[in-house]
Amino acid sequence: MSSVLLEVDDLEVTFRRSAGPGRKAASVPAVRGVSFQLEAGTTLGIAGESGSGKSTIARTLMGINKPSGGSMRLNGSDVGALRGRELAEYRQTMQMIFQDPYDSLDPRMKVSETLLEAIKLRKNKPASPLGEVYQLLERVGLSKSFASRRPRELSGGQRQRVSIARALCVDPRLILCDEAVSALDVSVRAQVLNLLKDLQEDLGLAYLFISHDLSTLRFMADYVGIMYLGKIVELGTRDEIFERPQHPYTRALLSAVPEPVVVDRTVRLPRVRLTGEPPSSTNPPTGCSFHPRCPLAQEVCRTTAPARRVTSSGQLAACHFAEPELVVAEA
Amino acid sequence: MTALLDVSDLVVDFPTASDGVFHAVDSVSFTVNAGERVGIVGESGSGKSLTSQALMRLVPSPGTVSSGTVLFDGAEVMGFSAKKLQKWRGSQTAMVFQDPMSSLNPLMRIGRQITESLQEHLGLSKAESRVRAIELLQRVGIPDAESRLSDFPGAFSGGMRQRVCIAIATACSPRLLIADEPTTALDVTVQAQVLDLLDHMATELNTGVILISHDLGVISSFCDRILVMYAGRIVEEGTAEQIVGDPQHPYTRALLASILKLSEPIPRRLKSISGAPPLAGRRASGCSFAPRCALAVDACLTIDPALVDTVNGRPGQKVACGVAAPAAFEFAEGATAA
Repeated sequence: MSSVLLEVDDLEVTFRRSAGPGRKAASVPAVRGVSFQLEAGTTLGIAGESGSGKSTIARTLMGINKPSGGSMRLNGSDVGALRGRELAEYRQTMQMIFQDPYDSLDPRMKVSETLLEAIKLRKNKPASPLGEVYQLLERVGLSKSFASRRPRELSGGQRQRVSIARALCVDPRLILCDEAVSALDVSVRAQVLNLLKDLQEDLGLAYLFISHDLSTLRFMADYVGIMYLGKIVELGTRDEIFERPQHPYTRALLSAVPEPVVVDRTVRLPRVRLTGEPPSSTNPPTGCSFHPRCPLAQEVCRTTAPARRVTSSGQLAACHFAEPELVVAEA
Repeated sequence: MTALLDVSDLVVDFPTASDGVFHAVDSVSFTVNAGERVGIVGESGSGKSLTSQALMRLVPSPGTVSSGTVLFDGAEVMGFSAKKLQKWRGSQTAMVFQDPMSSLNPLMRIGRQITESLQEHLGLSKAESRVRAIELLQRVGIPDAESRLSDFPGAFSGGMRQRVCIAIATACSPRLLIADEPTTALDVTVQAQVLDLLDHMATELNTGVILISHDLGVISSFCDRILVMYAGRIVEEGTAEQIVGDPQHPYTRALLASILKLSEPIPRRLKSISGAPPLAGRRASGCSFAPRCALAVDACLTIDPALVDTVNGRPGQKVACGVAAPAAFEFAEGATAA
């Protein structure tokens, strides 16, 4: 049995939106009752469309947003109860890489200064901090010469490598990757994804990998959660989610991805086309949030929010009708 | 048959810091027929957007179109007077951009933004254009079209705004539609809807479409023909089936190999292209992909390959690579001297 590193239970995050021109003040439930576990050395991928709350989960774990309910436990200790030195240690156990490496590096600092600043925080100070900088650069595939460069002298891919090196400075056990490769060109993206996989293998890192790109998640993740309007509607192993998706939203999402493969256009598979767009999280629909767009919706979906349950193919899904028999009947 | 659009040897120059010029778009030639969907795919800085801006004569300063011809229905666009250009842009062509919020006027009601061009270019009356605007919004799938005419852009979601942009773009039944990353800012389920809509509109109006995207999946699922651009050049062109099924240029192959596909087994490692695309203004001689190319030979570093027929015998497929098609070196400019 591998050990549970991170345990999130029934997490709720609510934002207060102030009144503006033509709108009233409102409370926006961005994350609604999210639960998952992340084992050491594994990757949990979180997918979902914009506004589904996937980034809010990462930001709440980092302490940028405050939870309004539920609990987060890292290595067994309740994150909300941590103070002082324990909190500082917690922050080093977990690091984050953001989407835009142009925004997340200080433009005035040399790469070495950026890394040294982070290395200073380490409990066991290295004998040679600069040697440590060179080692970190080598780890992320950059030569020593990069130490003296500033962010504007780096390409997007190189900046993201520096961001990864900075995250590694404090010897984290878990890295939150929020759309970490989404801003990169495809050819460069592949390099960074390979690097993240290598680091995981070498250092035993766990990743919470957040992306709207399903094919990237399929490559990176051991477990996948699909979010819709603040809730995880389906959660399972990579194969369960990608080979035997049960929730109608997951199925629609997967079939909407255009792929560069030769298809016979005359016999193109019927795709599940969703009508409409994700509703506003200020005012989520009654019952199941997905029901206004769901091809399977029945009366019960309008009135009763489905509980998350284990489907017969193994994963968890929050849907009244998610069962393998229905997939067969629909085909 | 004359093509609807015939672009030949288009060059867009930007001045460099060292008083030189840099060809951001370099000798680009292609045609678009009525009802045809042509895709331009490339990474950032490849010149795909600039190409479309150049043929609309919208190159941002300090760039200039330094040579090349753009024939629309046989007429030279580069020679249009300011007045003719404006009329042509509004009535014969249309553009849809990545960010619908920045292409709509946030302070003007949607209805006014649609009726404006109907009155200007089609000479419709106020009442007629209102009726037409409602039809257009209905056609792009906006519910309660009549009441939404009085809404401001801010009241629409991202996908709905892009539908409004498409309604405006197709209001005058354009013969050429340029869509530059039209779905990049949208969620994947909404992207599918917008692509379906563009497809439907193009079929219904027999519009020629140029779709520009970094996403080969989007391009290949939508387009009949694909142009692959790298560092300002077209390095390969062919039908969607040819480009995706039998790519000839090492760049196209490497690009396809570095894209993860849901329909294929999960690789243990991703194939990647080493290095990064050349920075603007810093292009070496020879093939600009050579420094990253696994197949490069000495000649690649000196000879700039021409775009020639591929050796796989597929009609219409062309490649600019001397290794994949030796003729590319033979027909290269200055090759005889080398």
